[in-house]
Amino acid sequence: WNLNVQTKSKKTLARPGVKNIVLVEGVRTPFLLSGTTYADLMPHDLARAALQGLLHRTGLPKDAVDYIIYGTVIQEVKTSNVAREAALGAGFSDKIPAHTVTMACISSNQAMTSAVGLIAAGQCDAVVAGGVEFMSDVPIRHSRKMRKTMLSLNKAKTLGQRLSLIGSIRLAHLSPELPAVAEFSTAETMGHSADRLAAAFGVSRVEQDEFALRSHTLAKKAQDAGLLQDVISFKVPGRDIVSKDNGIRPSSMEQMGKLKAAFVKPHGTVTAANSSFLTDGASAVLVMSEEKALAMGYKPKAYLRDFVYVSQDPKDQLLLGPTYGTPKVLERAGLSMSDIDVFEFHEAFAGQIMANLKAMDSDWFGQTYLGRKSKVGTPPMEKFNLWGGSLSLGHPFGATGCRLVTTVAHRLQKEGGQYGLVAACAAGGQGHAMVIEAYPQ
Amino acid sequence: MAGVRALGASLSGSDTIILSLFIFPSLFLARTHVNYEVKGDVAVVRINDPTSKVNTLSVQMQTEMAEVMNEVWANNAVQSAVLISSKPGCFIAGADINMIQACNNAEEVTKLSQEGQKMFEKIEKSPKPIVAAINGSCLGGGLEVGLPSAFDMMLTGRNIRADKAKKMGLVDQLVDPLGPGLKSPEERTIDYLEEVAIEYAKGIVNKKIPLRKEKGTMQSKLCYYIMSFELVRNQIYKTVHGKVMKQSKGLYPAPLKIIECVKTGVEQGPTAGYLAESQNFGQLAKTPESAALIGLYHGQVACKKNRFGTPQREVKTLAILGAGLMGAGIAQVTVDKGVHTVLKDTTLTGLSRGEQQVYKGLNDKTKKKNITSFQRDSILSNLTGQLDYSGFENADMVIEAVFEDINIKHAVIKEVEAVVSPHCIFASNTSALPIKDIAAASKRPDKVIGMHYFSPVDKMQLLEIITTEQTSKDTTASAVAVGLKQGKVIIVVGDGPGFYTTRCLAPMLAEAVRVLQEGTDPKKLDALTTGFGFPVGAATLADEVGIDVAAHVAEDLGKAFGSRFGGGNVEVLKTMVDLGFKGRKSGKGCYVYQPGLKVKEVNPEIGEILEKYKMTPNPAVSSDSDVQYRLVSRFVNEAVLCLQEGILNGPLEGDIGAVFGLGFPPCLGGPFRFVDTLGADKLVEKMRRFEAVYGNQFTPCQLLLDHAKDSSKKFHK
Repeated sequence: WNLNVQTKSKKTLARPGVKNIVLVEGVRTPFLLSGTTYADLMPHDLARAALQGLLHRTGLPKDAVDYIIYGTVIQEVKTSNVAREAALGAGFSDKIPAHTVTMACISSNQAMTSAVGLIAAGQCDAVVAGGVEFMSDVPIRHSRKMRKTMLSLNKAKTLGQRLSLIGSIRLAHLSPELPAVAEFSTAETMGHSADRLAAAFGVSRVEQDEFALRSHTLAKKAQDAGLLQDVISFKVPGRDIVSKDNGIRPSSMEQMGKLKAAFVKPHGTVTAANSSFLTDGASAVLVMSEEKALAMGYKPKAYLRDFVYVSQDPKDQLLLGPTYGTPKVLERAGLSMSDIDVFEFHEAFAGQIMANLKAMDSDWFGQTYLGRKSKVGTPPMEKFNLWGGSLSLGHPFGATGCRLVTTVAHRLQKEGGQYGLVAACAAGGQGHAMVIEAYPQ
Repeated sequence: MAGVRALGASLSGSDTIILSLFIFPSLFLARTHVNYEVKGDVAVVRINDPTSKVNTLSVQMQTEMAEVMNEVWANNAVQSAVLISSKPGCFIAGADINMIQACNNAEEVTKLSQEGQKMFEKIEKSPKPIVAAINGSCLGGGLEVGLPSAFDMMLTGRNIRADKAKKMGLVDQLVDPLGPGLKSPEERTIDYLEEVAIEYAKGIVNKKIPLRKEKGTMQSKLCYYIMSFELVRNQIYKTVHGKVMKQSKGLYPAPLKIIECVKTGVEQGPTAGYLAESQNFGQLAKTPESAALIGLYHGQVACKKNRFGTPQREVKTLAILGAGLMGAGIAQVTVDKGVHTVLKDTTLTGLSRGEQQVYKGLNDKTKKKNITSFQRDSILSNLTGQLDYSGFENADMVIEAVFEDINIKHAVIKEVEAVVSPHCIFASNTSALPIKDIAAASKRPDKVIGMHYFSPVDKMQLLEIITTEQTSKDTTASAVAVGLKQGKVIIVVGDGPGFYTTRCLAPMLAEAVRVLQEGTDPKKLDALTTGFGFPVGAATLADEVGIDVAAHVAEDLGKAFGSRFGGGNVEVLKTMVDLGFKGRKSGKGCYVYQPGLKVKEVNPEIGEILEKYKMTPNPAVSSDSDVQYRLVSRFVNEAVLCLQEGILNGPLEGDIGAVFGLGFPPCLGGPFRFVDTLGADKLVEKMRRFEAVYGNQFTPCQLLLDHAKDSSKKFHK
């Protein structure tokens, strides 16, 4: 029967005097490998699709929310406040303000917790939060030299001035600037840092490939079993209706073992197969105060409870957010690791997940870097990312956070658990963790 | 030919030394420096000198290495080997200087060198592949290097960053240092380097990794082809020879010998090359230049220690008054050491110029990729520029670098003491004013000290610290601690006009002015001084120091010491200052400086001044060599006098101060070693000759006379 009858430290995380904030619904577009079916869209198109999906699924009146917040990482310069463009396009009332946040891979986590903050402060009752990432098209800029010349050209008054400016253009001016998934502060790409992190914790190539294979296998199973109910269908203009993630590819250890290291060459262990891939996708959640949700006749999916943000050294601890965030949020909530029934960790790289698990399992690390008496302890794998993760489902940077939270809510419902934990790392050496409580069924 | 592959881990800036926690299975053997363990079919040879922070090629190291390698080669279970150091941040730092010093003659050094060569040759020709896993400083010996770049590296002894070494082809693969994991970053990085190296060694044995990539690019093919012509090779030798002569003026024998060795090796084969190398090395090791440079090395090591102990308080906030060249320079070397640095000036333009200097210094490092732009910004966040004394209550030390005027210094010390907390130290960066005169205005003279930096502060290694009788020991300890943090080589001297360095320099500059007045062209004067080994000629030096400063110092010290500091006419300098010829900073001095122009021309307008103060040279003391000795003997005599008067703590600090602060010829090892090498009697003899013409400026001091009388007396034992 119910596996979760064991006694919890706490019956509920509800606290007197603190507003109950609930997740009413969460949806996402299918996550697609960038450069595939979404290739010709723009970011706000994807976000719009997620918002329309949310409206459709909840039957929410288009003027019934107070605020809209979106997270994104690589910004399309034309739609820098993508939340507003998407909301207008999705048919929301133009009276609803919207803003965009960015916090690397935890951007939509930030969108959600901003919503929680607005509701907790009594400023809003209903907020839509979401995230979008579109890697099929990224802003590639002219070089700084060229930009400077072009801007001066704007100001040039005489033909002579213009001609001399044009004459000053050299071949070097023409080399473009590409955005890189690299830390600005250290200039190191994330994959490189992940490889070093895996090496620091002695994570082997085989361990990484095994974890990646597990992610793809579980994702495939979940997809086939129809568990990924947050996915909405999306009619892509000029293309077919998309209704499935297309990055799930369970392979074999042998196949995966053939790949060469992608970042630290040639002796590295992080490969294309054990890393998350560049993904297009958008997500959206409806967050409300419990009272408002009930008044509008909704049956909430879960309570959004305690959350923390952490940050550490962006060079050597870039992706250790979950290790730092997990014990901190558990302590805030007054729960222990064993109280948690559902774990959803963001899988940036298999090596990063394994490194975090090893860090949480190390007394030395706990004592030296977390200021604890002993180790944090590791989540049991039978509760961990059971419906796949970013490695297999895909990782649209700005959209993953909402997927994690929605998945926890759905898994709690499906598995009958009470508490769930979301944890994620992000560029800049930051991290996020949140405790989610099932809504009584 | 190349049995060695090298892996490097770049560990820039990591100077933490962690004692190795490895337990060697072969510890039962009597070997202490080199050990090995067999992992699979790979022998991991670990180098670790237990008696030192760094590994050097000592006799013991070489012997044990030879033993271990013989065992490795004889062991049938071993297919390949990995050579690694157990010390984080140091593979092999080089030959052991003490070992070379311990040799009695050139033959012994030659023999040692041959032993080393044999070992390297054996490793190079190893029947089993050897992977050298290098973490930190490493001597290039045993690595195969491409000829053109090899010249450059061998000659200048440059430190090469890991990524550059890879580009040059010195190492085959780089391993990035790791952060914390299940062990400390240093330990884990070494483990990781070893793991990767073992995989490499296995890969080479399995032929999965080619032993040496023959890139065969057009460039390298062309290079080999060209090099096959003797004419071209001779041209290269000639070019390099010329370059060396230009840089060293032929005063340093080693670079020329290196060219000779390479030439012998290329033209007559490796055996002849090795023989030439070991013989030349033996000879070089026992030259006076070698003794001088080794002496400086030991002196520098000694002057990098704080003999006054640990100060009670660490300086966490340092305030600097005056954002001029010196003040901003001090800020430059402080702000990147994690010290909150306050730079105060009285005008916005002055402050802005100073802050820009600090920024530029860091930005240049960014451009050279020594630091990232992010590191630059985060370092700069430690700098506060301001026009008032706000926040000075948090300062642990204030260094003033305001105008050299005792009244201004007094005003400043009073202003500072009104705002700082009681523990705050007041240091003066004066180059000539006695510290006790400055301290006269202080309520707490025990907290007053002199910290004399040299311009440009970020390039000049020396810091001269001046203590008065009232300066407390803790104040001195704190000043030394700050200086060491700033990366300085430090001498601590007694108080008095001009302290040590300025006092030595002043008579030499006075003599230089006289030489100019006697009709010698500034360019000729520069040639004479650089020809003696000074890195910067006397006329250029005056321009760099500032003619106004020189005039100021000459006048002040002239008043303090009387006619001994005479010679040239101070009016020459004063007239120059009046006309605005203040040296490089004003664009004109002895030379004319034009931005962007490297070649500098003699300032035509000083001709008139020199004409006005013209003196007639006495042919008896005006040969090139006599002029050189006139300049140098006054310097040296004053230095010895400083020791005699107790300004100097000892000859070692005297040598270090002269070489690192004033550019005294390093090949001569400093004024005291110079006297030892030349012979005090010979110097006195020359001085007596000059004395007969010019008077007391050349009268040898008592201590010098004592040494002249008794040739067994030496400053350096």
